[in-house]
Amino acid sequence: MATVSLKKLTKRYGPLEIVHGIDLEVADREFIALVGPSGCGKSTTLRMIAGLEEISGGAVEIGGKVVNDLPPRSRNISMVFQSYALYPHMTVRENMGFSLKIAGRSQDEIAKRVDEAAAILDLNHLLERRPSQLSGGQRQRVAMGRAIVRDPDVFLFDEPLSNLDAKLRTQMRTEIKKLHAKVKSTVVYVTHDQVEAMTLSDRIVIMRDGYIEQVGTPDEVFKRPATRFVAGFIGSPPMNLREAIVTDGKLAFPNGTKLPLPRQFRDRVAAGDKVVFGLRPDDAYPTGHGLHSGEETDVHALELPVTVTEPLGNETLVFADFDGADLVARMLNPRPLKSGDKVNMSFDLSQAHLFSAETGRTLRA
Amino acid sequence: MKNWKLSAPFLLLLPSFIVLAAVVIVPLLLSFYSSFTPFRLTKPESFFVFIGLRNYINILSDWNFWVAFGRTVLLLTIALNLEMLLGLGLALLVEKASRGQRILRTIMMFPMMFSPILVGFQFKFMFNDNIGLVNNALQALGITNNAIPWLIDGTLAFIAILTAEIWSSTSVFAILILAGLLAMPREPVEAARVDGCTPWQTFRYVTWPFLMPFAYIAMTIRSLDVARAYDIVKIMTDGGPAGRTELIWTLVARTGYSDARMGVANAMAYFSILLSILFTVYFFRKLAAARTQIGAEW
Repeated sequence: MATVSLKKLTKRYGPLEIVHGIDLEVADREFIALVGPSGCGKSTTLRMIAGLEEISGGAVEIGGKVVNDLPPRSRNISMVFQSYALYPHMTVRENMGFSLKIAGRSQDEIAKRVDEAAAILDLNHLLERRPSQLSGGQRQRVAMGRAIVRDPDVFLFDEPLSNLDAKLRTQMRTEIKKLHAKVKSTVVYVTHDQVEAMTLSDRIVIMRDGYIEQVGTPDEVFKRPATRFVAGFIGSPPMNLREAIVTDGKLAFPNGTKLPLPRQFRDRVAAGDKVVFGLRPDDAYPTGHGLHSGEETDVHALELPVTVTEPLGNETLVFADFDGADLVARMLNPRPLKSGDKVNMSFDLSQAHLFSAETGRTLRA
Repeated sequence: MKNWKLSAPFLLLLPSFIVLAAVVIVPLLLSFYSSFTPFRLTKPESFFVFIGLRNYINILSDWNFWVAFGRTVLLLTIALNLEMLLGLGLALLVEKASRGQRILRTIMMFPMMFSPILVGFQFKFMFNDNIGLVNNALQALGITNNAIPWLIDGTLAFIAILTAEIWSSTSVFAILILAGLLAMPREPVEAARVDGCTPWQTFRYVTWPFLMPFAYIAMTIRSLDVARAYDIVKIMTDGGPAGRTELIWTLVARTGYSDARMGVANAMAYFSILLSILFTVYFFRKLAAARTQIGAEW
């Protein structure tokens, strides 16, 4: 097993720079997720670690050794691809044993290790089939089996669940988590799905436009997003974000609505500052129906008209008109609401976020 | 007359049936029948003398026929293998080209645009022992002082014909294999690189199995082509000198038209069609197996 570090890692295609000198340290046996919208450079970064893309600048180190000029086969890594990338002309057993065969291992050893990996992934009954005879989920398990068999220093996952349907994706997510618990190893996992990133990883790297926006544990990036982008990207439904201007202890929204300035930011802003106010749907709720109802320290309530509701059974997402645009609130122990109803909406301002409208960075200390 | 009502579809198809019968079925049956007669173009009445399998027995015990037959199989084997290797090489090179790939593809097709007759003339000129480019070049480069008798020596003439054949048709392989390369998913190749393969191993274990069906399609097409090779040979050596480059079809044409022994010629033709059918069946089997191998969905 090994650490992975990226040092000022850069990728250019001609004059176009895709990844702008990013730095990242992945600890031994850490599960790290690179997450971001498509085109943010996360897959390119992963492919540079794998050696499938040339590195234009900076360095990739695996286990403390610079691997820039090593071909993929000399980096002792395994990769799981979005499209599974199984060898169509080989059986599952041959697919999984292929890297060992290439490495010149004995038949007995190959058979033993394939059987072990197959047992972990529950593939024993499929070993003699070909990929075309397998379902999507089974193919993905074979792809993971192929990766495990090699016993690599680092596992690389490139959006491994994106081709699966929603139900299977949830199931495979759990399997990957179990797998990492069994096969403790360093993992770099690329996904555009923030839920996957949150549920699986020890730390999340949020990327945008070839830059790293924030690196942190799932809890950190959720509770203390460093930028407006991270705030909007992590969490479902996404955080409510509104531009506002600070005016003597209040936040003034464009259409005249006002909210008190959250206490934790009072020393951090001055009158006239342009800010972005952020509040998660969990922290805006019809009064008495919230996650923290009864424990709030800095709560403010407003009468808002309901525009539409999305009942989910145990909770209802309430869309209410706040200063001329929809604000999403999460209503626990829901009671029926119709559009047009007036609802008393609590804002738990102790949980609110403020970002600079100019730089997008958090104004938190 | 009341039973004479034919259905409209049958009536509408009748003209094409008649045309097909006149130009395909009747000649086919007649030629097949004539292979059981001592039919000579100069003696029309011989068409009606039935001699059973005597023509077949004669050709099968004729050494010259077997030599021509064997030479055709040899030409086919060597030409197909070399064309596949060269075509594969070309396709791999063109696929690597990041710029101008379309132009390269078009240029690659050029040899296919020429009539085989013209290719024959061109190579006849190039391999001419006196004025040909090949000898000229060899002498200018100081490799030899002799005028190598390319089209006169039996082995050399075979090589010259082989060269012309390969030059004109390698692109069939190149184009089909290139189509395979372009259709091939990129990820298994990348997976192989990560799995520890050298470039050669990647090709051997991943790329090549994927290309095999495409190569077999080209093989099928070309095996039929070469098995009926006539035009290039006719122009370059006319089966000569002294029958040393005789192939099945030059022999059939000579027997049928020069010697006017149409009955025997037809017997030879029917026998050699067997050869083509066998090759086609063989390559189709291989193709089907290769397709199943890669789990092709086409």
